Amino acid sequence: MEVDTAKIDSIIEKYNRDRSYMLAMFQDVQRLYRYLPKEAISYICKQLDIPFSKGYEMATFYKALSLKPRGRHTIHVCLGTACHLRGGPNILETFERELHIKTGETTEDGRFSIETVNCLGACALAPLVRVDEHDFGKTTQAVVKKIINEFTDGVKS
Amino acid sequence: MNISLEQLDSITARYTEKMAGYGKVVRICCGTGCVSSGALNVYEGLKKALIEKGLSDSVLVKQTGCHGLCERGPIVVLGEEEILYQSVGKRNIEDDISALLNTITDDTIVERMLYQGEDKTKRYISPKDIPFYAGQNRIVLSLNGIIDAEDIEEYISQGGYRALYKALLMEPEEIIDWIEKSGLRGRGGGGFPTGTKWRSCRAAHGDVKYVVANGDEGDPGAFMDRSLMEGNPHGVIEGMIIGGYAIGSNQGFIYVRDEYPLAVSRLLKAIEGAKEYGLLGKNIFDSGFDFDIKVFRGGGAFVCGESTALMSSIEGKSGEPRAKYIHTVEKGIWERPTNLNNVETWACVPHIINKGWEWFASIGTSHSKGTKVFSLVGKVKNTGLIEVPMGITLREIIYDLGGGIQGDKQFKAVQTGGPSGGCIPEAYLEMPVDFDSLTKLGSMMGSGGMIVMDERNCMVDVARYFLKFLVEESCGKCTPCREGVRRMYEIVDRICHGEGKKGDIQHLEELAHAVSLSSLCGLGQSAPNPVLSTIKYFRDEYTLHIEEKKCPAGVCKALIRFSILPDKCTGCMRCKAECPVQCIKGEKKEVHEIDSDRCIKCGTCYDVCRFDAVIIE
Repeated sequence: MEVDTAKIDSIIEKYNRDRSYMLAMFQDVQRLYRYLPKEAISYICKQLDIPFSKGYEMATFYKALSLKPRGRHTIHVCLGTACHLRGGPNILETFERELHIKTGETTEDGRFSIETVNCLGACALAPLVRVDEHDFGKTTQAVVKKIINEFTDGVKS
Repeated sequence: MNISLEQLDSITARYTEKMAGYGKVVRICCGTGCVSSGALNVYEGLKKALIEKGLSDSVLVKQTGCHGLCERGPIVVLGEEEILYQSVGKRNIEDDISALLNTITDDTIVERMLYQGEDKTKRYISPKDIPFYAGQNRIVLSLNGIIDAEDIEEYISQGGYRALYKALLMEPEEIIDWIEKSGLRGRGGGGFPTGTKWRSCRAAHGDVKYVVANGDEGDPGAFMDRSLMEGNPHGVIEGMIIGGYAIGSNQGFIYVRDEYPLAVSRLLKAIEGAKEYGLLGKNIFDSGFDFDIKVFRGGGAFVCGESTALMSSIEGKSGEPRAKYIHTVEKGIWERPTNLNNVETWACVPHIINKGWEWFASIGTSHSKGTKVFSLVGKVKNTGLIEVPMGITLREIIYDLGGGIQGDKQFKAVQTGGPSGGCIPEAYLEMPVDFDSLTKLGSMMGSGGMIVMDERNCMVDVARYFLKFLVEESCGKCTPCREGVRRMYEIVDRICHGEGKKGDIQHLEELAHAVSLSSLCGLGQSAPNPVLSTIKYFRDEYTLHIEEKKCPAGVCKALIRFSILPDKCTGCMRCKAECPVQCIKGEKKEVHEIDSDRCIKCGTCYDVCRFDAVIIE
């Protein structure tokens, strides 16, 4: 894949080429492409004069970074303790069943990816689902279908 | 610009005058919980409605931080009399907005929007009367829900940054003395005396020192730090500046979880504001003291909440912990003396400086001083954020503030301390909550997550849940944690699948001992706690799983079967309609039947049946 080096340059400059902000740079790149392309890691490492292996180590260590392309909407199903106890695993299964994909996969049309997260910190509203920037509290199996429709019909783009 | 005390006071005076110009102030909770319940729509809707009515000059609508009662969000509090409305806009936003307008214009109290106790008999008008709030002592959270977190002038008007002014007139050692004598202990879970840590860092050799706020609140089920950073970021910042001055550091870092985007943006805005007013930067209050704060965003790694891992992450590396032969107060970030405290610990500091150490030491128990913020979640009626004095009993928290168990089911256990803590059974509900008592019970205070479990929660499954969590989050650097926890998970997983063998419990205990003894960092050392505490207090449940292949709570899918009692089923069709895989047959007013071959054992039918006709075998 070809990455837009000008855009990545501006991200690197935003953090004053400071190596300690490599994670933040990766996160910004990921926001751009919805995942972290290998080419971007290699480019940033070259610019900061860091071995590629170090960059790759970072990229695989932090769970927030994905080396695989994600769908247009990422569904984060919270599996924190409160969500686990209030039926989070069932919500996850429902998403998997409705979208015919497993956690970590993307639907064929590239619309949805499903991921799990260990706690989003809105435990009082368990079970919680975050789709892109939208949070859905007290999710039920019926709400799962509603969420999928909402994002499929383009109500929320 | 260099700000002076007079300027703080004139900001306050100007602000008070501005506020007096408003006939009414409406505070809408815009913490993460209420936002996901639709608080922003209420905010926009009310603003618009006020403009249409020509009231926008006389009524101020504010977005505030978390009010705590997340379960009933969005929460709206009106006027000085503090009329609290719950679940605003949940049913019909237009109706609720016009109800709000009624209250604003002629003080009509809208009965249906008032908080109602679980017994459905009484409605409460003000938070002061609601048992959930009445039992609290809000110090750290005192401004949460009162001020607009994005407006520094509000913080200043509520007495903000006066502690900093006072502290900068004190000698650094004197501040450390105060913190030490106040009895403040680390709120992140460990409970290490804060003053002692500060003193060691001040004494450490080196010209450049750092202070860090740990906002990597990774414990699942805990959201105190998030609410603080979102609701009152200046409280944390002020504490850090005071700490920096006392320790001799000019640079602070705040490390925040990637999962908390709102906290990050509020902190950045607060830092920007503090710089603009000269409260961060060079020569603060003309004292000659300089201080700056940078915010670092985590990357979704639980282990980064561990101090050495967090520091490694700030250095721009992967967040792996190191052995602490040399303490981080000696060699932390970039090998320089670094003092790390939890967000809540920092937020306690301005209060101690303002009101004196004697005041702080007068709250709490003999060895645990002050208050603690807990997130009360799980199967309790009033879920949300509470701040209570140390020494309060678990029963008071769960039954008085929390209102008891949802659906009046049987209480089973309360989990504290996240993946490093344990499950405490009913027999210990009278125990006071403080650092030492909880540790004695095989759990720990932790950062403050308190997860209540009922009879429908399987303790073996809970142990499996935490082990799976830790298997995923172990960084893999040391073998006992990487391999040991995984082996423990495999055993417990086997038990949950009905393949448990005699001797499994002993094997688990042995492994647990080895892992806790030989792991490199706190994550591994405390990893066995959830297993050990559940074995200790719920051994019977393990035995039932292993020997009789039964899960009494009806959670472990391999061990259970759902069926419908013909004499109880009324044929109401409810379970049939809700079943996600349509495996229930039966017509209206006829007895239903579950096709067990196609049943996925999700338990939906059990939860929705109003006649107790669905049973778990």
